[in-house]
Amino acid sequence: MSAPLGKDLLGLEHLSAGQITLILDTAEPLREISERAIKKVPTLRGATVVNLFFEASTRTRISFEFAEKRLSADTVNVATAASSVTKGETLVDTAKNLEAMRIDMVVIRHGSSGAARFLAERIESNVINAGDGTHEHPTQGLLDLLTLRQRFGTLEGKRVCIVGDVLHSRVARSNIWGLTKLGAEVAVCGPRSLLPSAIADFGVQVFDRVEQAIEWADALNVLRLQLERMTAGYIPSLREYNRVFGVTRERLDRAPRDLLIMHPGPMNRGVEIDSEVADGPHSVILDQVTNGVAVRMAVLYLLAGNAPALAEAAKGGNR
Amino acid sequence: MTESRDILLRGGRLLDPSTALDGVGDLLVRDGKVEALGGTLAAPDGAQVIDCAGQVVAPGFIDVHCHLREPGREDVETILTGARAAAAGGFTAVCAMPNTDPVTDNQAAVGFVLKQGRAAGAARVYPIGAISIGQKGERLAEFGEMVHAGAVAVSDDGRPVVSAHLMRTALEYARTFGIPVADHCEEPTLAAAGDMNEGYVSARLGLKGIPAEAEEIMAIRDILLARRTGGHVHLCHMSTKGSVELIRWGKEHGIAVTAEACPHHLSLTEAEVEGYNTNAKMNPPLRSAADVEAMQQAVKDGTIDVIATDHAPHHSDDKQREFGDAPNGIVGLETALAVNVTWLVKSGIMSLGTLVERMSCAPARLFGLPGGTLRRGAVADITVFDPSLAWTVDPGAFLSKGRNTPYGGRLLHGRVGCTLVDGRVVHTRMG
Amino acid sequence: MSTAPTIVLNARALERTVARMADEIVEQADGTESLVLVGIQRRGVQLAERVAKVIAAREQVTVPRGALDITLYRDDLQTVGPRPIVGKTDIPCAIDGKTVCIVDDVLYTGRTIRAALDELADFGRPARIMLAVLVDRGGRELPIHADVVGRTVDVPRGGRVDVGVVEIDGCDEVTLVLAGEAT
Repeated sequence: MSAPLGKDLLGLEHLSAGQITLILDTAEPLREISERAIKKVPTLRGATVVNLFFEASTRTRISFEFAEKRLSADTVNVATAASSVTKGETLVDTAKNLEAMRIDMVVIRHGSSGAARFLAERIESNVINAGDGTHEHPTQGLLDLLTLRQRFGTLEGKRVCIVGDVLHSRVARSNIWGLTKLGAEVAVCGPRSLLPSAIADFGVQVFDRVEQAIEWADALNVLRLQLERMTAGYIPSLREYNRVFGVTRERLDRAPRDLLIMHPGPMNRGVEIDSEVADGPHSVILDQVTNGVAVRMAVLYLLAGNAPALAEAAKGGNR
Repeated sequence: MTESRDILLRGGRLLDPSTALDGVGDLLVRDGKVEALGGTLAAPDGAQVIDCAGQVVAPGFIDVHCHLREPGREDVETILTGARAAAAGGFTAVCAMPNTDPVTDNQAAVGFVLKQGRAAGAARVYPIGAISIGQKGERLAEFGEMVHAGAVAVSDDGRPVVSAHLMRTALEYARTFGIPVADHCEEPTLAAAGDMNEGYVSARLGLKGIPAEAEEIMAIRDILLARRTGGHVHLCHMSTKGSVELIRWGKEHGIAVTAEACPHHLSLTEAEVEGYNTNAKMNPPLRSAADVEAMQQAVKDGTIDVIATDHAPHHSDDKQREFGDAPNGIVGLETALAVNVTWLVKSGIMSLGTLVERMSCAPARLFGLPGGTLRRGAVADITVFDPSLAWTVDPGAFLSKGRNTPYGGRLLHGRVGCTLVDGRVVHTRMG
Repeated sequence: MSTAPTIVLNARALERTVARMADEIVEQADGTESLVLVGIQRRGVQLAERVAKVIAAREQVTVPRGALDITLYRDDLQTVGPRPIVGKTDIPCAIDGKTVCIVDDVLYTGRTIRAALDELADFGRPARIMLAVLVDRGGRELPIHADVVGRTVDVPRGGRVDVGVVEIDGCDEVTLVLAGEAT
């Protein structure tokens, strides 16, 4: 019998609903560990995990680092310059070096879509995608799902709208896959210049105005708008973006029901989301952060230690 | 000067659309020319007899678009290895694009390519000169000098001619020399940083897409400029349904536009990119199923005049990179025949005769090159091939230095038996 | 030759055994003053619940109960292929200085209890840790012993003891399954 998740976690697109549920169900009891005085269990003792971050990211890296340390793994952080051209060593050589050092697990964040898969195909170690280009950010998607599930009980039939720059967002893609597989109704909302032209093929609704999204949704996942989008000509200004698409107190006051507000962080207060909303009673943004560590612990736990042949020998009940 | 041996090609299916010839018979080659053909011919004394039973004997294929990388990237391909790979693919002649390093934009560079081609002694190599100095898109290169030195066309391929004014001037200026101006149709701001066709697949994979309109906008621009100037514009590697419709419109209006398509755009879709396969990355990219279908029909009905390979070898190190960083291009000389036979002929879309017309007769005619016919007295550039022979593509066995193909491991139909250039066998797999 | 599993304890017998275990626990702990019951996931939790109910009836005292899932402390995680499901751990009060009684359904190799001891150590430092098990089937691989035993069962090679509780399995029953028998 092979491991339930396979060797790597590269994205949510090709996971089954059962596999996603397994990760969430595993993350739930792991939350408690972060509440203990001694925030550590010996599960991954002796395992070596490398956090290979080609893109700067404090929050995701710290979250992974806590998850690894709370499972007693040995962690090494490698932060390198963005592209293989500037850093001088190809991703192929990086992979070979990691393999030669017998690293057990690699958590990789990279600016190129497909980079996590590229690495996973070349090394035996487990590879966890912490964000590859604009492709997927599976642990973020999972922690978003866990947060919603905690509040709603189930995702079946729940209406979740992703607001913002879906075109460039790996968080949006992972969320769309995860939510759809768990039975939620998914919509996106943003200027058309920031939505993929093939968005209809994803089976999601599209709202051109955020008022419509607020009218419809049970929860909003508000994406960060990056300054580069303005300089690259996708939208005229951040000011206009806030005035037309900003999730503000005034807009939420007109909502027919209490919406949950989510944001993957870091927030541009006053651009895509107002402080009143981010810090308000319906915001679950901090829950997302707490769940992030638990979800990452669950993923590390489920991926680590694949040795099916030995498993057979150990069978026979061990009490 | 050594006398070359007579060669008798015995019992093959003689297939020459230029003379509406299609029937089993013999063909005698003497002094580099087609001496006699049809029926049963007696073998002259000392003649080499090649048994072509079960094979097709056709005018040699001509590839009007390939990249031989020399000068500049001899590590990836040389004119020698490229010419040999061409011969292995049944090509008796290829036209080498000028985006080398340095760019082939003057008579000396053109002369160099010709010289290397002659020395290779395999397929003929005709240089294509650059449209602009350094292919920078600013000043015209010396078309006259380059043609005098042996260039058969001009192109800035690798890049589009961004300036409509430059394209217009090139078309007008080329009229003096009677050569086609070949354009790589890509609107740069729409296509910028794109890695594959824009669509659902690119959205799922998180890769920036190149919309079909990037090609179509330049195609119609070039067609309109050809109308204005009376020049001959040749549109390189067309790939979309929309482009086909525009070319058809142009031809219906009597405009001198010709177009080429590559075997990969006639067989594979954007789905090949799944898994971030860099051997499916080229420019223009693999498109949708609807585009492939429209392209296949266009080759059949002649809207697309010729099939060219856009053979673009790359070092495996360069292709073994994150998708976004990998260079565009795949090799094609040694798989073109098989891909075309498998997807166009075997599938029932068109006849073998039409395929030979698109791969041999039309390229010769449109670019004013010798060959493309088996009529008596024509130069003996001949391809003998078995259209039903099944074989598995093994990139490791390519004569080209490039291994970057999406067809590796596939079972295809159609293989070259032997290739004759100027009446000499330059490649053979036959005993 | 019997082919059906043998029932070692039926529902009524199980109830009596649990009642006696509760008395022994209180006796060995010298009262309920600083007693904390910690059930091992999964069925140990239900058994701890029942012990607490008996103690409440007898002593009119509600003894604090916790649940301990030891999956993350297992010593065989590297060899067991598919990852075992992790259950809930909930220790609701401080255990420093307390008498903690671990409650489990079956004591066999002792590895589960070893894991439980390691995990409890991460929660605090009890004054004393006791072990109460419903079934002791022998076969220890570590020097672990139970202070309170419901029933000692001799299990032939290849066999096992199944404990069923109504909350999970639909009925209260302890059965002995021999090698080759259908369940």
